[in-house]
Amino acid sequence: MKTSRPVGIIGYGAYIPMNRLKASEISRVWGGCAEPIEEKAVASIDEDAVTIAVECARYAIKRAKIDPREIGAIYVGTESKPYAVKPCGTIVAEAIGATPHVTAADYEFACKAGTEAFQACIGLVSSGMVKYAMAIGADTAQGRPADPLEYTVACGGAALIFTLKSERTLAYLEGSYSYVTDTPDFWRRGLEMYPRHGNRFTGEPAYFRHIIGAAKGLMAELGYGPEDFKYAVFHQPNVKFPVKVAKRLGFSMDAIKPGLIVPYVGNTYAGSTPIGLAATLDVAEPGDRILVVSYGSGAGSDAFSFVVQDAIMEGRPRDLPVSAFIARKRYIDYSLYSRMRGKIHL
Amino acid sequence: MSVPRYWREIKYRYRLIGELCTECGAIIFPRRRLCPHCGCRELEECKLSETGTVLSWTVIQHPPKGYEKYAPYVVALIKLDDGAQILSQVVDVEPEEMRVGLRVEATFRRVREDGSSGIIEYGYKFRPIIEEP
Ligand SMILES: [Zn+2]
Repeated sequence: MKTSRPVGIIGYGAYIPMNRLKASEISRVWGGCAEPIEEKAVASIDEDAVTIAVECARYAIKRAKIDPREIGAIYVGTESKPYAVKPCGTIVAEAIGATPHVTAADYEFACKAGTEAFQACIGLVSSGMVKYAMAIGADTAQGRPADPLEYTVACGGAALIFTLKSERTLAYLEGSYSYVTDTPDFWRRGLEMYPRHGNRFTGEPAYFRHIIGAAKGLMAELGYGPEDFKYAVFHQPNVKFPVKVAKRLGFSMDAIKPGLIVPYVGNTYAGSTPIGLAATLDVAEPGDRILVVSYGSGAGSDAFSFVVQDAIMEGRPRDLPVSAFIARKRYIDYSLYSRMRGKIHL
Repeated sequence: MSVPRYWREIKYRYRLIGELCTECGAIIFPRRRLCPHCGCRELEECKLSETGTVLSWTVIQHPPKGYEKYAPYVVALIKLDDGAQILSQVVDVEPEEMRVGLRVEATFRRVREDGSSGIIEYGYKFRPIIEEP
């Protein structure tokens, strides 16, 4: 998909809670299996998808140096809404001072809810309906105790602010692509605390088929091959999948390394691909081309091609990189984790 | 707190907005009807600084109703960089890491919730300033 007028990213911000639970601690409690990551980020007892979204939004506004009253759209992609009915987007809009002249809503599409919000924001900006549009992917994902998923489900998010391409934008969009089918690989019914998944069904017909479909579709539309991209970010439910999909698509480890944060953060669901993009923008140089492909169960992928612009260098000494949030950590044990994530009922 | 009262306070709690006394220049938080320093009624809204320094602090072990799930937690008197003083929870810190002079910044957190079906009250808390590693 291409926009009628060129669109760029004017600001981005990520946030990762400081608590870390080591995979070895989960193995200690439930018995070992192959640990898919090192450790994961866990929200504190007073954090949720809304507070994470607000943190991301504030960092993005700081980096963009814009007046929040000029933001015309705020979309929060999440599968961990604190309220079943009452939008996260309104709370974020109020907290950053964007109310009341703003459209706000929440997007739901498992781990790709954040990039689905990118698509909507890009459309609103390129049509001229709004000057700035903010898309946020933020989650405090839950995994059933002793489920293999428990090793990876994590908390964190990132926000992007889109506007028309100019000298002030940090990167501009070349095109996007979405690839969606009805694939029941993972779901959570209403009022259930934990999701269910189709085990081996989550790989080939789900993650790989959709990411490869979206990546190849976008590259064909733009006339690019993997060699045209300096960096690539693929959704990161564990370490194995993004590494494998990069290889199959012809991308090197060097291309995915800056955005591969899952070993130290875990799978932040709707936050996963946006944080990977943020971490890549932290190190990219003007002229670098970045491929971004999300994956959301249910299922689908959104692919984007961004080209980094000169303005990215200006904020670099001033703004906090994703690595600052990865370095800021305190380890918790399984008991504290159970308390923080509401697994103990009094 | 009742839902209407929470709703009236949202702007001030979410965005750290206080008042400036037009008579004596004092910065007032939370909002009052009159300036506690000179009694003036002409008060203007003003955005407070989001960074400050801890003046004193304590650990709350036995919290008031509605705050039980967060205990134990740290409450500190903070001097904001614009001169205002504010009482706030400090998070992402262990009690043994607290000290007078600690530099802190505002964050956005859950402050209180009305059971599992009621309203969730969000607002400011403070945390040690996040810096580049
Ligand atoms: Zn006064």
